[in-house]
Amino acid sequence: MSPEMLVSRAEKFSKVCGILERFGHKPTMLIPILQAVQEEYRYLPEEVLSFIAATLDLPPARVFGAATFYAHFALKPKGRYVIRVCDGTACHVKDSEPILNKLRTVLGLGKGQQTTEDMEFTLETVSCLGACGLAPVVVVNEEVHSLMTPEKTEALVNGLKGRKEGMAA
Amino acid sequence: MEPVRLEEIAEEYRRRSSAVAARIVLCAGTGCIANGANKVFAMFKTVLEAKGLDVYVDLKMVEEDKAGFHLSESGCQGFCQMGPLVTVLPDNIMYTRVKAADVAEIIEETVINKRPVTRLLYKDPATKEVCRGTGDIPFYTQQKRMLLKMCGQIDPGDINEYIALGGYAGARRAHLELSADDVTRIVEDSGLRGRGGGGFPTGRKWRAAAAQPPGKKYVICNGDEGDPGAFMDRSVMEGNPHSVIEGMLIAARAIGADEGYVYVRAEYPLAVKRMRAAVEIAGSLGILGESVFGSGRPFRINVMEGAGAFVCGEETALMASIEGRRGMPAPKPPFPAECGLFGKPTIINNVETLASVPIVISLGAEQFRATGTKASPGTKTFALTGHVANTGLIEVPFGTSLRTIIFDIGGGVTTRRGPGKPEDFKAVQIGGPSGACLSPRYLDLPLEFDSLKAINAMVGSGGLVVMNQDTCMVQVARFFMQFTQSESCGKCVLCREGTYQMLVLLDDIIEGRADERTIGLLESVARAVGTGSLCGLGKSAPNPVLSILRDFRGEFDAHIAHKRCPANKCTALIRPSIVASKCRGCGLCVKSCPTGAITGERKQAHIINEALCIRCGACLTTCKLGAIA
Repeated sequence: MSPEMLVSRAEKFSKVCGILERFGHKPTMLIPILQAVQEEYRYLPEEVLSFIAATLDLPPARVFGAATFYAHFALKPKGRYVIRVCDGTACHVKDSEPILNKLRTVLGLGKGQQTTEDMEFTLETVSCLGACGLAPVVVVNEEVHSLMTPEKTEALVNGLKGRKEGMAA
Repeated sequence: MEPVRLEEIAEEYRRRSSAVAARIVLCAGTGCIANGANKVFAMFKTVLEAKGLDVYVDLKMVEEDKAGFHLSESGCQGFCQMGPLVTVLPDNIMYTRVKAADVAEIIEETVINKRPVTRLLYKDPATKEVCRGTGDIPFYTQQKRMLLKMCGQIDPGDINEYIALGGYAGARRAHLELSADDVTRIVEDSGLRGRGGGGFPTGRKWRAAAAQPPGKKYVICNGDEGDPGAFMDRSVMEGNPHSVIEGMLIAARAIGADEGYVYVRAEYPLAVKRMRAAVEIAGSLGILGESVFGSGRPFRINVMEGAGAFVCGEETALMASIEGRRGMPAPKPPFPAECGLFGKPTIINNVETLASVPIVISLGAEQFRATGTKASPGTKTFALTGHVANTGLIEVPFGTSLRTIIFDIGGGVTTRRGPGKPEDFKAVQIGGPSGACLSPRYLDLPLEFDSLKAINAMVGSGGLVVMNQDTCMVQVARFFMQFTQSESCGKCVLCREGTYQMLVLLDDIIEGRADERTIGLLESVARAVGTGSLCGLGKSAPNPVLSILRDFRGEFDAHIAHKRCPANKCTALIRPSIVASKCRGCGLCVKSCPTGAITGERKQAHIINEALCIRCGACLTTCKLGAIA
């Protein structure tokens, strides 16, 4: 690799290097490292995973293996608003499914599609948020919305869409 | 570092708090925050300041001889359905469903003039009586709050308050006055059993680790509560993080560990934040660190966030995760007590178990056994949710019946049309995906580890999801199967493939493809999965299905033999029709129908056009009169 390429590579991964530094380049810290990287990039880019594997002297399969095993790690970029519908038992018996169906329709998501084309919304389900007393629950990024209905959810998404258009104008 | 002087801290705290004219405690559990508690908190601060009153959010700021008002947040107070909750001390008045707009009135009336604001007090729906606070709200009076006593009262961010209420005295005693063996013996004698799952005796687990030769040992707090429908560990970590640390310190003394991990679910960001802050402050006081309470023995705690894998609730999988690997369980033996984290002796206890340990030490084994049953001493917290009037976090002695919990504390079953009757109760799911669904015939069963085990159920982590007659039990079975299937780590063939086949069979039943052989096949696959899986996840995966098959067999038969869903939930099997005698022609169903299949004059019974009906069930959920069946 030419010196220029090395420099550009180092720049590209400077943030990752900082994170690796913070965790003392310890392979046992792989999961906190991946969490920190994901916080930075909002997902785990393939080249970053390879870079981490090389730096920690781990087989790439080990790093990819961990990244794909845990539900929190995303190998694809997520939208600006991550909408998570809780589908824990309490939310489920209180009809979280119609909410999910409504969101798929409102966001125009096809089968298996999680993120909208414009990278605005990602729709996910989570197994329990521990706010069961307020079921059903929908979380947008960090904000928890309680006692939801399909109608309230639609209004919520339309509000978020409006915010985007408002900003553009 | 100078050893921490707990008495001095407590004395100082009491001195400052006695200078406060009134204290306002806002519940800042996840539930109340979702309902707007943060806005209410900000409003309290604004209004008090606007009135020129002194407001302290931290008692350290209290100046000498200057009476002010102490405004603090607490962890979950349990009564989630009624949040945001505001308590005014010393009068102990509790307001429910407080909005920012109510704040000025509360300050004027209650905080300054010492009069209650009646409209914000809780009214018992059964007796119509107005309750002033936790002393007379039935939800609270029927409970016995030992573990949750401080959680919901104290400021989780203020270690001084925990110390002022006697906190860390047990850990100090364990480290300075008792031998490791004494500590283990007290826990053994108390009969404390693990609150995370199967109820293994905590003392026995500790004894095994203590018996290992001295050297590096670990204490792990399992805060990876992944059971859908359970949130007690979250509430304890958020509301009283120091009790967890104290429990770990005592455990460390018993087994001779110098390092600990708190493994917290990443879905619980507030719990992560509060645990981290608590560990840091305890370290700065010398409670954690190189020489615990000046004993010369070190103990450090790391807080690690999970990354979303239910199977990491399994001890061996959790340890793999801390080591930076996939969270896959390993065969036992060797048990973690012999060969655990990084190959060293390790004990893993759940949050609630560890938070109970300081209570055991301070009460003593005998006093601790005075509550609960002989084989299951103490209390148990439950997350009461689903179709029940008072959802929330509760704590009762072991041996309490489901009837007391659901009808007295929970205030009874709810239905789509509002409060329900006792006969609207259909089932209660206990123990999460490893547990069972219990029918009304178990309402008077005393809840404890062994009585539940005897009917193939389990306390589990303590989720109680109440279900009314609108719930389709086959779908509930499918829901849990779907959960365990997607959470299986894939190591064992029977768990990975068997749960998938069970799911396919349940889909057949729900979608009308099942025949008389389906149930037999489902049962035999279930038995195989339970027998042939390595860890608790796979072994217990068939439990919800088997328990539903046992108690709700008729519902399966209706689906299979008659192609009918008694709860009208399975869209492939429902044929919605309007009961003319009950229909008042309100038109709600017309609006909800996506295909325009429902027509009719206003105030006249409507009709459904079968040819247009896509059986989505929208009309069924909209009708408030139960006129569509």
